[in-house]
This record gives sequence, structure tokens and C-alpha cells, in this order.
Amino acid sequence: MSTTRGTADGGRQPTGGLHGAGQTTGGLQITGLNKELGGRTIIDDLHLTVNEGELVSLLGPSGCGKTTTLRMIAGFLTPDSGTIKVAGRDVTALGAERRPSAMVFQNYALWPHMTVFKNVAFPLKLRKLPKPEIEERVTQVLGLVNLLHHKHSRPGQISGGEQQRVALARALVQEPDLLLLDEPLSNLDAKLRVKVREDIREIQQRLGITTVIVTHDQDEAMSVSDRIAVMNAGKIEQYSTPAELYERPRTMFVATFIGTINQLDGGYRDGRIVAGDDVVGIRPEDVHFSSTPVAGALPATVERIIPRGHFHEVFLRREDATLRAYLTGDVPALGTAGYARVTKAMVFRDGVLVDERAAGAHNDARGDAGGAGVAGRAGASHADATAPDARTRA
Amino acid sequence: MTTTEQTAVVEQRTRLGQTARMRTSGALGTITGKVLVIIFVIFMVVFILGPLLWLAVHAFAQSWTFPNLWPTGWTLRWWQTVFSDKALGVAVQNSLVISPLVVLFSAVICLPAAYAFARFDFFARRTFLVGLFATNAFPKMGLFATLASLFYALNLMNTVAGIIIVQILGTIVFMTWIPAAAFAAVPRSLEEAARDAGASRIRVFFSITLRMAMPGILVAAVMSFLASFDEAQGTYLVGAPAYFTMPTEMYTLVLNYPKQVAAVFSILLSIPSVVLMLAARKHIMGGQLAEGFQIR
Repeated sequence: MSTTRGTADGGRQPTGGLHGAGQTTGGLQITGLNKELGGRTIIDDLHLTVNEGELVSLLGPSGCGKTTTLRMIAGFLTPDSGTIKVAGRDVTALGAERRPSAMVFQNYALWPHMTVFKNVAFPLKLRKLPKPEIEERVTQVLGLVNLLHHKHSRPGQISGGEQQRVALARALVQEPDLLLLDEPLSNLDAKLRVKVREDIREIQQRLGITTVIVTHDQDEAMSVSDRIAVMNAGKIEQYSTPAELYERPRTMFVATFIGTINQLDGGYRDGRIVAGDDVVGIRPEDVHFSSTPVAGALPATVERIIPRGHFHEVFLRREDATLRAYLTGDVPALGTAGYARVTKAMVFRDGVLVDERAAGAHNDARGDAGGAGVAGRAGASHADATAPDARTRA
Repeated sequence: MTTTEQTAVVEQRTRLGQTARMRTSGALGTITGKVLVIIFVIFMVVFILGPLLWLAVHAFAQSWTFPNLWPTGWTLRWWQTVFSDKALGVAVQNSLVISPLVVLFSAVICLPAAYAFARFDFFARRTFLVGLFATNAFPKMGLFATLASLFYALNLMNTVAGIIIVQILGTIVFMTWIPAAAFAAVPRSLEEAARDAGASRIRVFFSITLRMAMPGILVAAVMSFLASFDEAQGTYLVGAPAYFTMPTEMYTLVLNYPKQVAAVFSILLSIPSVVLMLAARKHIMGGQLAEGFQIR
């Protein structure tokens, strides 16, 4: 699997056409989905379209309704209202066993009394396919996930990562129109997690299979998804590309959930925080420190330094606020006096982004759900940024 | 040789000495441990196998009374007595027919209940579950006396059906509680995964749920069989004098013959239990059924 891994990251442009204007018949369309459980509204008028061949993550904190949504797509829960269309067919009224989707469960849900081969063959056996065809398809898919050598092992005898691949193989062997993954990596250790998510992305790209992943890990979502639906309290807060989500979060919730942000009460004018009723959000990599005065910079003192490996998290105290910055290269010593400059700030009113501007220039762009075209520009507008990878988790 | 090297050598020697000392103390510890284990094993053997040995000797002894350390002679007469007793053959037959039937009916009645207890939340679920203990909570004889009057009214006295009903009462707790726990232990996601793969609900039940709960159900079946096989009080009350099973027949034997005959009969009575236990051990404790539960 490792030979083609290099393509995984480059494959951000999905086959289904993220920018494509024409609505494809494939993929997944959810409209007006509602679900109440125990008198509590879990899903509140949810709309979501996943294009054919696209990989979309449902990202959110626990209890935001992402798993409930996935279970309704899979057919384990019936929505109170709304429709779910898979590959152009309304499946809302169908049970899980009659839907063209296949799911990979969080705990893998492998049947312990069957061998790996039998686990993967079970869906085909149910379809009453001839034995040679089952044999061939199972062998092929086990080869795809690199597990042919464990064909006759039982799930209890193989490692967690291998169990996960069996679960994936069992879903893929059905050649589903829609692949669903429920927190696929949460039971793996950190190192394996990165490898497996690359593998999943690579296989998904190779097969061009429409995929929905549920995760609470923004890192995971950012690194595999074509688009991410950030969910909060049963609603989708924003549905955009990973870059767009980070650069132009539509709400304060998204801004704080994805990456780290300096969150300051007040307003923003001419590179400084002023009194006001709004909330200003500044990404740490948009705060720059220099020992000599620069246009727009204010005097600042280094208050605290936290080494973070390939960069340092530095707290800079200015007269208007204390700002967290990510600095690479030569890090100033504790207590150093210098100048701090903010190159980009976002202003939120009532939790919603109202103004986003780089120092000096006015950017009238608003975080617009689904508007993917501008994603690259925001990143390029401050190429001077010495900041490390923007997606580093706090 | 430089000083550092010398120190190193000395250090090494000291270390070697230490390990050697540690090894001797370790060996001493092992010996004490072994002795303790052996004493414990002998103790267990005497308590578990002792009575069986006593039975075995009696079954083949001409007579074996207190002051004598060993029986006066050996004979197969008691076995002959037992096997030539016609009533006994009938009793064995009755037992071997009634007990499997009891297990079967008990399973038919209790397994759906067990599944319901495990998978559905219904009104007074816990009360019913605990209520199953009722038959075991009161003195059996009182229960059977009441039952007898009811059976007279229903013409169930001295019938096989009556015996089966009485014996089922004693198996209900096993047949409901153990399978209920087994059903409940089947992770729902395994059933959902099967449905997702395209299996109907019935297929899911037979291919996944029942299959995975099978070890528990087998244990329940074995325990029910033994409970039924050993049940004497109720069976005697309902069945005698028309039907005798092996335990009830034993009452008669103990009263009418010397204790050697009872010994022979005890051995016969324990054969099915031993066979069942060995079978259960082979199929439940070892192999994939046990292994299946390691997975989350």
C-alpha cells in the first residue's frame, strides 16, 4: 500500500468535481433531516450534499449529532422527517440491510466466530453469489488492504490496525455506493492513526468511492477530507474545504474548533484591539514578532514560551492584549522587548464572522459555506508568514 | 591493566556474586512454593476424589465395615443385583427420555424470554427477572405440595407431562438468566454490522446473535439437564408410583438393599454428569467459542 501513498495528499482534487457546477446523480443528498431522541432535538433541519467520489467528514464535539446523522444515513435510525438519497435513490424508508451503503464501525464489529475471510465473504454470501466469485472478490479486496496473509486468522488473533482493515475490506467488498466510517481511527494509537488515515484516503481515491467519515478529531478531518461539515448542536455550522474552514471560519465556534485562535473581546482597528462589543479572532501564525519597529507593530514583551517541537508557542504582551503567536527559527528570550504585528484578524458579532481583514488591506470576503474557489487566495495573501503548518493543533 | 578496567572487573564479580545469591534464594522460594502446591493438591484430591473412591470401593466390596481398613473381599454381585432389577432399567429409560425433553421444552419456553430480557426494555422487566428466582426462594417441598393439589385437579398426577412440568420449574432460572446474559453480551454493533451487510433480522439472529450466545446457552442446557436429571422430590411426588426416574428409584434401592447397591447406583447416576461436563469442557472452555469474547 505504501508504494502509492505519495498520491494521497496530492489527491485533494476529488474525482467527483468539487468545483463542478453540474449536479451529479451519484453521491449523497440529505434534505431537511430532523431527529428527536428522548424529547431532545438531536438533529435540527440538516441539509448536506456529498458529490460522487467525494470524501466528506462530519466533524464536531461529542453530542453534536454527527454519529446520529451517520446512523440515519446507514439506516439504523429512522429520521422524524427529511429525506436521504443515495446515488439518486430515496432510501429514507429502507432498513439498513436494503441500503446501498456500507459502514465501518467504530469498534470494527467483526464477527469473532468467523475467520477474516468469512467476515469479508459474509455480505457476498447473503447476496447468494456463486462460490468462485465470492472467493475471487474477497481475495481481491483482502489484497487491497494487505491482509491476504491473515485470511484464515480469527479477529481475536490480529492487531487493532489489522482488525480495522478487515472492517474496511468487509465494507468495500460490497462495492457500496456510499462508504460510511464511524470514528474509524479512534481505537488506534497515534502513530498508526496517521498511517491508517493515509491508507483510507488512498484507497478511497483509488476506488473513487463516495465516503462520509464521522470524527471529533479536526486533524484527522483536515488531512483526509475534500470537504468538512462542522457540526454543533444538531446543525451544520459550516460546510467547506479544509483550507476554507481554517482561513475563513463562518462562526466563532468553527474558528475555535479548528486550530487555535486568540479570542479577544472588543473591536479591531489599524492592527490593534480597541474597545467594542464584538469578538476578535486572531490566528497565532498571524501574529509576528520583530526586535525592530515595523509599520503597524506595537511594543510587546515576551511573557511565556512553550516549546512545541518544530515551532514555539510564545505569549506576547502588548498594551492592548496578550497574544499567542507561533514562532519558528530564532525564538526571542523570555522578557525580550520588541514589536508585535497582527497581519490578519477576524471580527465576530454574535458568534458569526462579520469582518475579516489583513493589516492595511480591506478584505470584504465573508466566510461563505461551500464557496471553495477563494480558499487558495486567503492563504497566499500573506506569504510572508513565517508560521508553521497552519493545521497544528493547540 | 588500568585502574578503570580493574574496577570494572571487580564490579562484574560483585554483580555475578549477587546474581548467584539471588538464584539460590529464588530456588529455595520455588521449593517452598512447590511443597505448598503439592500439599494443596493432595488436600483437594482427598476431598474431591476421596468420596468417589469410597463409593468405587463399596461398589465392588463384599462387605466393608468400620474396624476393617480394607473390604473383606471383592465381588460384582451388587452390579448384578442392580442390572437384574427390572424396575431399574425402566428408571434409566425414564430419566434418559424425560431429562432431554425437559431441556428442550425449557429452552423453547425460556430462550425467547431470555432474548426479550436482554434486548427489550418492557414494563416491570427487572421485577420479572428477579421473580424467576421465586421457585428457588421457597422450600421446594411446600411448593410441590401446593402444586400437587393443582395437578390432581388437572389430572396431571402420575403422568409424564406432570413430571416434565415439575422438572422444568427447576430449570427456569438457569435457562433464562444465563442465556439472557449471553444475549446481552453480544455487542449490538455486531448485529448492526450484519444488517448493514444485507442480512434480514431473522438471519442476523441465527447467524450472529444466537451463534455468539451459544456457549452461554450450552452451559444453561447442561445445567438444566443435570438439574432435571437429579431432581427427586417433585418427581417422586408427582410420578410415584407410576413413574420412577433414576434419583427416585435410588430412594427405593437405598431403603431395600445394602449400601453397596446404593454405591453402584450412585456411580451409574454420576456417569451422565461426568460425560456432559467433559463434553462441555471441550466445547465451551477451549476453542473459538471462548476466544470469541476477547474482542471488544
